[in-house]
Amino acid sequence: MSTFIELLVGGISVGAVYALIALGFVVIFKATEVVNFAHASLLLVGGFVIAKTHPLVGFWAALLLGVAGAAALGALIEFAVIRRANVLSHSVLAIVTIGVDLILVTELTRQIGTEVLALGDPWGSDVLQLGSVNVPATRIAALVSAAVVITAFLLAFKYTSWGVAMRATAEDSETAALMGVRRGRVSMGAWAVAGALAAVAALFMCVFPTPGLDRNVTAVAMKAFPAAILGGLDSTGGALAGGFIIGITESLVGGYQEELSFLGRGLGDVAPFLVMIIVLLIRPAGLFGTKELARV
Amino acid sequence: MSRIVTPLWWVLVAAGVVVAPFYLDGIWLQDGLFAMAAAIGAIGLNLLTGATGQLSMGHAFFLAVGAFGYVYFASAPSGDGELDGLGLPTPLAAVLAVLLAGVAGGLFSPIAGRLKGAYLGIATLALIFIGHFAMSNATPVTGGHNGRPVPPMELFGFAFTDTPEPLVIAGVPFGALERLWFLGVVLLVGAGLFARGVLRGRPGRAMNTIRDHEIAAGVMGVPVTRYRAGVFVLSSMYGGLAGVLIALVFRQTVPDYFGLILALSYLAMIIIGGLGSVAGAVIGAFFVSMLPSLFTRYSDALPLVAPTGQEGIGAAEAAQILYGLAVVVVVLFLPGGLFGLFTKARLRLARRSAPAAPVKHALTPTPETRN
Repeated sequence: MSTFIELLVGGISVGAVYALIALGFVVIFKATEVVNFAHASLLLVGGFVIAKTHPLVGFWAALLLGVAGAAALGALIEFAVIRRANVLSHSVLAIVTIGVDLILVTELTRQIGTEVLALGDPWGSDVLQLGSVNVPATRIAALVSAAVVITAFLLAFKYTSWGVAMRATAEDSETAALMGVRRGRVSMGAWAVAGALAAVAALFMCVFPTPGLDRNVTAVAMKAFPAAILGGLDSTGGALAGGFIIGITESLVGGYQEELSFLGRGLGDVAPFLVMIIVLLIRPAGLFGTKELARV
Repeated sequence: MSRIVTPLWWVLVAAGVVVAPFYLDGIWLQDGLFAMAAAIGAIGLNLLTGATGQLSMGHAFFLAVGAFGYVYFASAPSGDGELDGLGLPTPLAAVLAVLLAGVAGGLFSPIAGRLKGAYLGIATLALIFIGHFAMSNATPVTGGHNGRPVPPMELFGFAFTDTPEPLVIAGVPFGALERLWFLGVVLLVGAGLFARGVLRGRPGRAMNTIRDHEIAAGVMGVPVTRYRAGVFVLSSMYGGLAGVLIALVFRQTVPDYFGLILALSYLAMIIIGGLGSVAGAVIGAFFVSMLPSLFTRYSDALPLVAPTGQEGIGAAEAAQILYGLAVVVVVLFLPGGLFGLFTKARLRLARRSAPAAPVKHALTPTPETRN
């Protein structure tokens, strides 16, 4: 039983991290209708900045720098590429982000090489004992931070004028522009926010029990895509739900690997994608996504 | 004028292709063969993504199905019982492997027919991961992590191998690569002509209408779901054929090769070459697949690229960065890709030599008609 609770807590905490990534993904999609396949590289940049600066300026300042760096990169991608692309379909824009991703990931993995970079976080490998259940401190920190960041984001989305502008653009971008919403600023802001969320997620993806930041982090970040799709690409609540579903699935399947060994090795890595396929078979627009309606 | 010039071009290209194996080194032939295989796969992906507007990030999966399908059907089971196989005649195995890829695409059609855009893109991403999982676990079929050797093709008693006796034509020994070269050319030309037929005929118009305005397509009587699923199956069969050819050239199939990077490079090919046309896919495929080896071979002559084994940006990385960059640049500045650039240049030349040609209105949709 205690194994189950440990796995569940681990899954919820990993799920919160996926939710952070998926949220950024959804924010970009809502504001610009672009599916951002360069999201993994934003994450990698955030983690890389934290890893490289923490010996110089300390952990918290490094975290700030990482968040700022990833946000700036997101804004730069929007400003330099997405805004200027004159294309007929949004699928092509999605492929452009793949191009951006190829450039960034290739360069960063070259910089990282075969090293495993520590992020210098204050939690180390402490394990908290709650009754009969052992939980790494980093998991609790991830859960709490993700909860704080997500709440702050949702409040901002609802009450600040930036959030209102953003929702108006998502609803009907032409009308919003006519009402004086500056579309360029809104979409740049969305990319910056997504970058910042990705950097926070990068931190918790590379702390204990994972060894640190290495070149495989982008592959892990890929699991946030099913999280975003599962919940529905245009739903912030869906991103949260999707993140938790993916996190818990992965953790449970990975944890009970032995019992499930008749299905093959490495099932934990595929389980998120299988869940996504099953959900899409039943609800093609995701759990909470709006079904696309068109007026002729 | 063009009535003479165009066939002349084709004759020149054909002559070049026939003569090439007599002059090129083995390494170049191998690269050329990989590029041909990539071109077949890219034509398939361009039918799906370029012509029908369906984003697929899982094309590498169908290449894997084709490659491993061929190996499984063609090899005899190994003596120690570790590897299974059916030991069918190789041409039959190749056909079955292509059909198997089509079946795999068909099994995915409940998803492929209903989803579009980003949803389909990410759903197909799942194929890569599920495929990798299946390949590493189905050891008797795939040979697991290390892969398994590929039995050489044998067509009507003519084996595509270096043995048994060295065939010498015009003083050049004709080994496996030289022989496969012609097989590759035949397959590529066949695949290209078939795709061109599809695109120029009734199905092609239906596909383009689905891409440009799905509802209008449906209203005009195009069975949208069936078409989307059908194009997905066709495109996966092209992938399967490309996989068979790659397996034949590699002579060893390895599961790790068919990963995300491969799938992304196919998308890069069709964007760089030009969306929606056969020629675009072929140009893009040659560009993307020849780039790494060009960089490796001339790394000491190129600025910014470090020779193998030294500090700095290696050849493979430089190539990857360059084609990532090419994707961005093409979308920003060259809508229509390299093939579009070529057509534009030709039109300009034609206009200069023959003035007062009637202006053809572009068939691209305006923003109002877009969905």
